[in-house]
Amino acid sequence: MSTQNEADQQPDSATAHGTADPLQILDADGTVLSNATVPDLSDGDLIAMYEDIKLARRFDQRAISLQRQGRIATYAPMTGQEGAQVATGYALAAQDWLLPTYREHAAKYVHGMDLASLLKPLCGLREGYAIPDDVNVMPEYIPIATQVPQATGMAWGKQRQGETDTAVLCHFGDGATSEGDFHEGLNFAGVFDVPTVFVCNNNQWAISVPREHQTASETIAQKAAAYGIEGVRVDGLDPLAVYAVTRAALQKAKNPADDERRPTLIEAVQYRYGAHTTADDPSTYREEDEAEDWREKDPLDRMQNFLTNRGLLDDDLEAEIDERIETQLTEAVESVEAATTDPATMFDHVYDVLPARLREQRAELESLREKYGDDAFHEVLE
Amino acid sequence: MSSKSPDESTTPRDSQTESATETMNLVEAVRHALHTEMARNERVMVLGEDVAENGGVFRATAGLLESFGGERVVDTPLAESGIVGTAIGLAMTEMRPVAELQFMGFAYPAFDQLVSHAARMRSRSHGQYTVPMVVRAPYGGGIRAPEHHSESKEAFFVHEPGLKVVVPSTPADAKGLLIASIRDPDPVVFLEPKLVYRAFREDVPTDAYGTPLGEASIRREGSDVTVYTWGAMVHPTLIAADNVADEDGIDVEVVDLRTLSPLDVETVVDSFEKTGRAVIVHEAPKTAGLGAEIAATIQEEALLHQEAPISRVAGYDVPMPLHELEDYYLPQALRIQEGIREAVSF
Ligand SMILES: Cc1ncc(C[n+]2csc(CCOP(=O)(O)OP(=O)(O)O)c2C)c(N)n1
Repeated sequence: MSTQNEADQQPDSATAHGTADPLQILDADGTVLSNATVPDLSDGDLIAMYEDIKLARRFDQRAISLQRQGRIATYAPMTGQEGAQVATGYALAAQDWLLPTYREHAAKYVHGMDLASLLKPLCGLREGYAIPDDVNVMPEYIPIATQVPQATGMAWGKQRQGETDTAVLCHFGDGATSEGDFHEGLNFAGVFDVPTVFVCNNNQWAISVPREHQTASETIAQKAAAYGIEGVRVDGLDPLAVYAVTRAALQKAKNPADDERRPTLIEAVQYRYGAHTTADDPSTYREEDEAEDWREKDPLDRMQNFLTNRGLLDDDLEAEIDERIETQLTEAVESVEAATTDPATMFDHVYDVLPARLREQRAELESLREKYGDDAFHEVLE
Repeated sequence: MSSKSPDESTTPRDSQTESATETMNLVEAVRHALHTEMARNERVMVLGEDVAENGGVFRATAGLLESFGGERVVDTPLAESGIVGTAIGLAMTEMRPVAELQFMGFAYPAFDQLVSHAARMRSRSHGQYTVPMVVRAPYGGGIRAPEHHSESKEAFFVHEPGLKVVVPSTPADAKGLLIASIRDPDPVVFLEPKLVYRAFREDVPTDAYGTPLGEASIRREGSDVTVYTWGAMVHPTLIAADNVADEDGIDVEVVDLRTLSPLDVETVVDSFEKTGRAVIVHEAPKTAGLGAEIAATIQEEALLHQEAPISRVAGYDVPMPLHELEDYYLPQALRIQEGIREAVSF
C-alpha cells in the first residue's frame, strides 16, 4: 500500500485548527468529488476494503442475533462505523500498533485478528483477549480513554528503541474526549513529540449523551490545538477519505517534515446507527429518524457505487464476496462455540509464577469440582 | 458554611407506625428513595453519565428528569473525576449531590477525588468544610457482564478514613439506607448489588424513612455459627444456611453488615459471642478483602469465645474472569456450605 499524493494532504489553515468541514473524497452517492484525489490503492485493495466493510456489517448482524439468542453476552454494534474502522486498519502498516476499543471489531480484524478471536470474549472466554503472535493489536480497552496515554507511551518506547518505522494508533469515541486520560495522553504526545495517531470515532453519542453535551468545543479535532498537535476532521462514512487522512497522519508520525509535529488527532465524523450495546435502548434518548440522514451517506453503499462506477464490481463478484463472507462467519461461530474453558485457567497468567496462596486456591476449586461436579456451581439465585 | 443543617438527621422509621407499602425490586427502591428525597429537599440533585434522559443504564434514575427537571437531574460529560470532583464542590455549597458512577469498575478515575478530598475535607479544614454527598455505583458479578463490569472492590473505600461505605442487600434496605446516606453529613459510597437489582421484590414502605447507617441486620437467627456477609452475597448465604439446616441440622446466624464503614462492631461481636464460630463471605478477592478486617476484629474483641478458626469464603485472588467462569469465581451456596460445615465440625 502506498500513500496518497502528499500535496492533497496539506491541511489548509482551517483544517489545521480542526474546525473545517470534514474532508471528503466520495460524495454521498460514492461519486468521486471533483476536487478530490482517490488514494493510490490498487484495484485489489479497493475491492478488499469493500469486502471487509461488508464482512464487518454481516459480523455485526450475526453478533446481534447471537446475543439475542443468548449465545453471546453484551455486544457493542458498529453498523455505520465500519468504513472508518476498516479504513484506519488499511492505513496501518503491519508493524504499527493498534489500541482498539470494545467497538473496533473491524479495525482489529483488518490489522490481523481472526474472526473467531473477536467472538471469544463475547462468549465469556478469558483467553479471548490473547493476541495471536505477530499481530500488533492490544486487547480491547473497556474503561474509557485509558488507551490514550498508553498509545503515547508505546509510541515513545518504539521511538526510544529506534523503531522509527513504527507508529501507534488508538481509537476512542467522542465521549472519551471528556476523560482526563484523553487530555493527559494528547498532552504527553505533544510534549514528547511521539509517533501517535489518535482517532476519535465521533459517532455523535456516548450512550445517551449527545456530542454537544459532551463538550462545548465546536469540534473535537480543534482540541488538538491545545496540545500543540495537528487536528483533522474527516467524513467518517467515507472510507477513502478516512484512509487518506489516517495514512498521511501515520506517515507524518514516522517521518515529519521540519516544522511538523508527529502526533495527529483525527476526528472521524460519523454516526452510530444502532444501540450503544445490546443492553441499550436508544429510543429512550434519541429520535430514530436522526439516523436516516446519516444512512444516506452509508459507507458500504458508497463504496459499492464507487467500485461499480469504476467497473470493478459486478453481480458475480458481489455473489462471490457474499459467499466468502458467510462461510467465514459460519466457521468462526462454530469454532468459538465448540471452544471450552477450564475453570482452573482463571489462575493462569495472573503472575509469572503462581504464588503459593493461589496454588492453594486453585487446588481448593479443583477438589470442590471433583467432589460436587460442575453443575453445583451454576445454581443461581431464586 | 455549617457542617450540619437541621433537617439532615436520620429519622429511623418507627416500625409501630402503619405505613403504606409498595412492592419493589432493589433498583426500583433506589429510584423511589431518590424520588422521595428529591421531593423533600430541593437541594438534592442527581448527576452522572446517562442519568437524566436515559434514566441510568440500569434505570435507577428513570423518571427523575421528568419530575425534577434538568437542573437537578444532570447528564454529565463522561468523566468520573469530573463528576466526583464537581460533586465535592457542590456539596461544599450545601447542595446535596448524589453522583452516579456507572459501574464500580469505572470509579478509579474518581478515586483521587474521593480519597484525597471527599474523605478528608472535614478533617483537613478542622470541621469547617464538609462534603455531604453520596456516590452511588452498581457493583459485583453474576450477570454475565463484560470485563471491568463485575468487580467488588469495597475494601478500597473502606480503607479510607472519612468515607462511609454502604451496601444494601434488599429493596427495603436500599431505600432506607440511601435516604439515610443522602441525609448523612459525611461522604457516602453507596454500592448497589446489581445481581440483586431485579432478583426479587418485597414490600417497601412508601414514606420517607431512613435506615440508620452503621447498623448491621441479623437476617437469620441461629446458634451454631455466624456467617457475616453483605450485598449480593447475602442471598446465596441464606440459601446455604437453609441447606445446612436441612441436611446437617446446623443452626446458622446470618449477619448482613449493610454498612461496611463504619463497621457495626457491636453486632459482629455479640453474634460471635453467641455462636463462637464465624465464616465471612464476600465476592471480592480474599487477600486484603474486608473479611480480614472482620476476622481481626473478632480476634481482638472476642477471642475467648472462639471455638473454631474463623474462615473466609471469598473470591479468588485473580482478576474477575469473564462470564464463562464467573460462577466458579463467586462464592456460590456450595462453597458457603462447605465453609459453614468446616467451621462447625472443627
Ligand atoms: C471509565 C469509564 N466510565 C464509564 C464507562 C461506561 N461506558 C461504556 S461506553 C460509554 C460511552 C462511551 O462513549 P464514546 O466514548 O463516545 O464511545 P462509543 O461507545 O460511542 O463508541 C460509557 C459511559 C466505561 N466503560 N469506562
